[in-house]
Order: sequence, then C-alpha cells, then structure tokens
Amino acid sequence: MTDIAREGHRGRPAAQHADLSQARLRRRYAAERRFKLYGVLAICLAIGVLGILLFSVVSKGYTAFVKTEIGLDVYFDPEEIDPEGTRDPAVLADANYDRVIRDAFERTFPEVSERRERRALSDLVSSGAWLVLRDRVLEDPSVIGTTERVWFRASDDVDMLMKGYIPRDVPETARRVSDAQIAWIDALDEAGQVGTRFNLDFFTAGDSREPELAGIWGAVVGTFLTMVVTLVLSFPLAVATAVYLEEFAPKNRWTDLIEVNINNLAAVPSIVFGLLGLAVFLGWFGLPRSAPLVGGMVLALMNLPIIIIAGRASLKAVPPSIREAALAVGASRLQVVTHHVLPLAMPGILTGTIIGMAHALGETAPLLMIGMVAFIVDIPSGFTDAATVLPVQIFLWADSPERAFVEKTSAAIIVLLGFLVIMNALAVILRRRFERRW
Amino acid sequence: MQLTILATTLLLLTLIGFYLGRSRAVASAGGNRRQLHSLPGYHGVYVALWCGLPALFIVALWLVVEPHVIEALVLSGLPEGMTDVGPGQLSLLINEIRNAANGVSFFGEPNPAVVAAAERYNALHQIGFAAMGVVAAAAAIGGLAWARRRIAPNMRARNRVEKAIMAILIVLSTISVLTTIGIVLSLLFESIRFFSRVPVTEFLFGLQWSPQTAIREDQVGSSGAFGAVPLFAGTMLITLIAMCVAVPVGLLSAIYLADYASPRVRSVVKPVLEVLAGIPTVVYGFFAALTVAPFVRDAGASAGLDVASFSALAAGLVMGIMIIPYVSSLSDDVMNAVPQTLRDGSYALGATKSETIRQVVFPAALPGIVGAILLAVSRAIGETMIVVMAAGLAANLTANPLEAVTTVTVQIVTLLVGDQEFDSAKTLAAFALGLLLFCVTLILNIIALRVVRKYREKYD
Repeated sequence: MTDIAREGHRGRPAAQHADLSQARLRRRYAAERRFKLYGVLAICLAIGVLGILLFSVVSKGYTAFVKTEIGLDVYFDPEEIDPEGTRDPAVLADANYDRVIRDAFERTFPEVSERRERRALSDLVSSGAWLVLRDRVLEDPSVIGTTERVWFRASDDVDMLMKGYIPRDVPETARRVSDAQIAWIDALDEAGQVGTRFNLDFFTAGDSREPELAGIWGAVVGTFLTMVVTLVLSFPLAVATAVYLEEFAPKNRWTDLIEVNINNLAAVPSIVFGLLGLAVFLGWFGLPRSAPLVGGMVLALMNLPIIIIAGRASLKAVPPSIREAALAVGASRLQVVTHHVLPLAMPGILTGTIIGMAHALGETAPLLMIGMVAFIVDIPSGFTDAATVLPVQIFLWADSPERAFVEKTSAAIIVLLGFLVIMNALAVILRRRFERRW
Repeated sequence: MQLTILATTLLLLTLIGFYLGRSRAVASAGGNRRQLHSLPGYHGVYVALWCGLPALFIVALWLVVEPHVIEALVLSGLPEGMTDVGPGQLSLLINEIRNAANGVSFFGEPNPAVVAAAERYNALHQIGFAAMGVVAAAAAIGGLAWARRRIAPNMRARNRVEKAIMAILIVLSTISVLTTIGIVLSLLFESIRFFSRVPVTEFLFGLQWSPQTAIREDQVGSSGAFGAVPLFAGTMLITLIAMCVAVPVGLLSAIYLADYASPRVRSVVKPVLEVLAGIPTVVYGFFAALTVAPFVRDAGASAGLDVASFSALAAGLVMGIMIIPYVSSLSDDVMNAVPQTLRDGSYALGATKSETIRQVVFPAALPGIVGAILLAVSRAIGETMIVVMAAGLAANLTANPLEAVTTVTVQIVTLLVGDQEFDSAKTLAAFALGLLLFCVTLILNIIALRVVRKYREKYD
C-alpha cells in the first residue's frame, strides 16, 4: 500500500506529486480565504459608509441644539419705548426696540462712533432680537426706565464663529465676520457677556430666512398632519384589499390583474405618484396646493401596495386549521375572517403599516410635485393650510447658501432619523411581542 | 369646518341607526333572541348601513360636482365680454374670483365685476352646502326609518350585511387598479398634449435638451429643444456608476451572509445593511452634495483631473450605497433558496466553499440575482432626491463620469417646481418624461418579477 502510494501515478516520484498537490491545495485554500475576505470587506465597506454618513450628519448637526447668546445691559429708555407715558400695550408693541438695542451696544462700546461700524456692531445680534425686548416690556411694563441685562440671540455669523465653523486665521475678506466684529465678540466674551444655551426655539419655531430664527416646528406639524391623512386613508383601504384578495377573491383574470397591478405599483418611482397628484388631485379635483391633505393622499396611494403586500403575507401565515375550526362551529366566512383570522394577523399588518409609514415619512420627491416646497413661516393649523414636511424642509435648507443652514439641515436630519428609529423600533417590538410561529 | 360638522352629524346618525336597529330587532322577537335569524348586532349594522351609505354617496357626489356647477353659474353671471377669452385666461379669471371669495386679493384694486362674482360665488357655495347637508341628512334619516321598519325576526340581516360588506371590499380593492389607471391616464393626457406640440420622434431621438421656450421672439438661447436622449444618457451613466458600487458590494455581502456568516453575525449584519435602505433619500442627497461631491472634486484635483462640482460620479456613488441593500437582501434570499442538496453534492466532490459558491450556487441562483439587479436598476432610474441635490441641471451628452450630467427625474422636478406657466410645452414635457420613466420602470419590473418567479418555481 505505502509502496504504491510512494511510487505515485505514471511513475512520477511520489514526493514531487505530493508537493504539487500540496501546492494546489494551498492555492485553493488561499483562494478560499481571499473569497471570504472579499465578503468581509464588502460588508465592512457598506457598514463603514453607513457609519461615515451618520457621523458626518451628527458631527455637522449636533451644535444646532445650542445657540449663542449675547448679554447686554439694556436701558429701557422711556423716551424711546413710551414717550407719552401711557403704558398702552399698542404703543409698547409698536416701539422701536432696534434702537434700544443699538443704544445698549453703544453704551457697551462707547468708542464706536462711525455709522457703518455701529451697524456692524448691531449686526452681532439676530435681526429678530428686538422681539425679546418687546415681549419683556409687554409682560412687565414696570421695567421701563430701568437697566437690565437681557440675553439676545446672536446672529448666525456670530453663532458660526463661536462654534468654530468660521476660521479666524483667514483674511478678513474671506469670511463673513469682520476683524472688528471678532474683536467686539472677544471683548464681550471676556466680560462674560457671551453664552450658550439650549436652543429650544429650534423645536418651537417655524421656518425663517434667518438661519438663527429658523425652526422645525412648522415642518413637524405639517408632517404630522400629512401622516394622519396617509394613515387614515391607506390603512383601511389596504386592509380591506388584503382581506378581500387573500380570503374571498375567486381566482380569475380580474383578481390576477389586481394582484399583478399591486406588485407593480410597489415599484413605481415615487415621483410618478407626485405627477399623478399634480394632474389629478390639483388639476382635475382642484384641491389646494401645498396642503397636507393632498400630500397625505399622494403618500397614501404610494403606501397602499406596501401595506397590502405585508397584510397579505401575514394573512397567509394564519394556518388554515383555524379557519376550518371556525367554519365547523357554524361561523360564516365573514365571521371567520373578522373574528379569528384578522385579529391573529393584526400584529403583522400593523408592523407592515408602521414600516410603510416610516417609508412615507422620509419621502420627499412626490411632495415637491404638489407644491409642498413653498417657503412657509406659519405653523399649519388644518389639513388644507399650506404646509411643508420635515424631509422637504431638509431639502429646502440644504439648498440655502448660508453656512448656518448646514447645521440646521443636519440637525433636522437628526430629528427625522430619530422619528424613523422610533417607528422602526416600534415595529420590531410589535413583531417580537406578538409574532406567532404556527 | 362645516364639512367636519356634517361628517360628525352623519356619523352620529349612523351610530343611532345601529342602536335603534339592534333594539328593534330584540323587541321584534319579543325579547327572545333565539327567534331572530341573525344576531341583533347584524340588524343594527343593517340599519346603520342604510343610514350611512346613501348619505355618504350624496356628499361625495356633491364634492365632485359642486365646483363645476358653481363655476358655470358664476361665469354665466359675469358681464358680457369678460368670458369670451381663451381657456387660459378663463381659468385665471376663475382663480381670481375664487381668491377674492376667500378674502385674498393680490392685484390692488379688484375689478368690481370680480367682487360681485366672488360674492355670488360665496352665496352659491353657502346655499349649495346647506342644500347638500339637508338632502344628506334627509337621506340618512329616511334610510334609517325605512331599514328599521323592515326589521323582522326572520329577516336575513346577516346575509344582507355580509353581501354589502363584500361589495365594499371589492370596491376598495379595485382602488389600486384605479390608481394605476389614474397614473396612466394623467400622464397620457398631458403627454398627448405635449406631443401635439413637439413630435414624438424629436422627443425620443433628439440630442438637444433645453426646455426654455421663448417668451419674446428675439430671446437668445431659448429655442425650446425637447430631445430626451441626453437625459437618458445621464440617467444611464449615473445608474451604471451606482450599479458598479452596488452589485459587487451587495452580491459579496449576500454571499458572505448566506454561506459564511454564523447565525449571530447574520442576525446583526442583515438589519444593519437594511438600515441603508431605510434612510430617507433626502439625507443621501445632502450627504452626496455636501460630503461626497467635494471629496470627489478634491481627490480629482489632487490627481490632476478636472472634476465638475456636481459630477455624475458623486451622485452615482451615493446612489450605489443606497441600492446595496436592495441587491444584497434579494440575492441573499435567492441564494438561500438554492437547495442544500446541490451544495452537499459539490462538497462531496471535494470542492471548497468558495468553489461551491462560484461554480454551483451562483450559477443556480443567477436568474434570481439578475432579477434582483433589474429591480435595483429600476430603483436607481426612478430615484429622485439624490440626483436633484447632487447632479447637475444642464443636459450634457457625455460618458465622462467626472462631468455634470442631468437625469430624467431631475428635469421633472426642475420643470415642475417653482413658477410654472401652465399649459406651456415646458410643463407638459415633465409629464412626457414621467410617462417614459413609468414605462421603463414598469417593463424592468415585469421582467424582473417574471424572472424571479420562474426561478422560484424551479426549486420549490
């Protein structure tokens, strides 16, 4: 036996043969390892890119949750605010608070006298800063005539400077903040008159052309209204369709057509649904532009196939024995479905619905078509008001040239991703808790 | 607001109908429920259906018909000479009246005739709504009374209710078909109007795309050329780049997950990969425009290449990342569907794992994988936000990935967002592009689904 082996085939020396096969084996194992490595590399690449994406968004956006404020000792000049001394709210609301702020700046930096420089000085605070003073005076008119330290929101450029996004070591012409402004800010900073605070307004304000005043509340409310319409329309429709197709429909050409149709609708590009909305809902029905009602209708149509497919899958998962048992004790076919099959399939349908809603929540393109890209400052209060939604708000801000909007955009993305994480977590919990394997 | 009140009233009436029907059924059997053919609840639902459905039908009809009727009435009431203008002017006029009726006015001093028409419009609207409310309520109450009178112990309420519910189910499940018809019709109508101005052949085979139509005769650079070839070339270029990223990465991850990974690794990695599909496309667009595009530009500059700031490469790369999970999870499924016996046979012949995958599993799964890739391609072609934010706007017939190209979806968005002149060839062109997009993705999907299904049948 060993002799034969040693002799090898065709009289070739055994040692050489073993070497060859060893070498070949080594090559094959190396190829095996390489192949496996490619797989690992591909996965690492995909996950790495995901990491980079999330990191770049978070690192750009987390600073938007704090804001820079400038504290000034404001003298509530009665001459300026209420020259007649009537304390009439209408007069108080109408006073020129911008000048009060300018006076406060002049008292802080008495050496600044030139007109242009003074304007640059008052540009340090946001153009909406006077609202703080107005509210303060309206709330408590007795402050008039006294001096008080008031914290104003800094302008977006100062905010960016303090957060380190505007480099100080470049020539003055290459940045949006002048040397003089930097010097003033540093002086204020040294005197403890520059601070940061949690940016609550980002969550409570509507959109604005001024980055430091812009917030996401309008978009969040718009999103909520749109999602309500989407859910109310798509969920009952989808469940009814899934139940009919899965439980009652006869197998004929008509139901085959419906089925093929639904599968294809699920893959139609979302922008085509936007075109449908534009032509049908706005063009033929004359519904209002930019309204959450229309946006919700478009998203509902887009969502229908997703929920129907998920619903059918979970209806199919209910074992036939349950249906037969119910039929055997005398239930009608509708009773079988409504009393037994549907309740058992509900967790699966709900999971599919949540995933579909999460999908709709992140959708932008079809909403652009029906005019939800308008610049809207007011918080929408009804389904037919002009509104925008969070993803579209992100799109709008991403298009704005100001540096401060990059931060806002990223922060809005963080909020949007937060919502998506919550919805998907809900779906996972629902699945874990209620899913039954038969 | 008024509509909400009406809806609440009708809902309340329906509820009342339900309780009245139920109690009537019990009473008609003399308190002995066993004498009833159907459970009392079915009698209740029977009455409720008779109460709610006719009223609902009336309201829906009114909502559809009312605007047209009022429009016609208001227009006929306008002074002579105001209405015999073109259809575009007429719709402007209607809009003006409607705005005035809602208390919005844009053009300084409004025309007194418009103000009068607006008042008429409001009055008619009020009257119409009141009439509709009365009729709907009457129908609800009438239906309720009629159905309630019919209740008797031997009435087959359950069968009737079930028949009605079945009809409702059938109607609802045809909505998906209606949606498709709606899409096709809306795209088709506008496209036909477009093609009556621009010949189909020019649209499909023209090499020049510049959709600005001249407002003045002597305007420069607004010839209004509608050749869609550059758009399709751009779409294909970006899709190709995306596929060059997504196919290798997605396929290799799928192979690793299907054949190498331990169940624990798989249960972690698979959901993480699927997160890539769950991220909103607008986020990818932001990432492409702000992070990847500058990176590509700088990398190109340091290599001595001139890269456009909205290069096709950046958009394609990011789109490829987005597509990865579509490729990987579908291919994972098809490779898992390859029977274990095939693998075992290959191992028994002494093949290593990678040899088995490359020479047995992969060829066996190939049709399914092709289907998955086709589905991913149709995703990439229809993807909008990434290219809107990171690809160019100017139509550019080139195969160079470092230059800026534009895509079909980008053009649809730019044509329809912002100020649009309705009825212009420019606006209608968007619908023609949409129709083309719809057809291309539909064909891709049908092929892909057929391939995948055929393949599944082979092994099931």
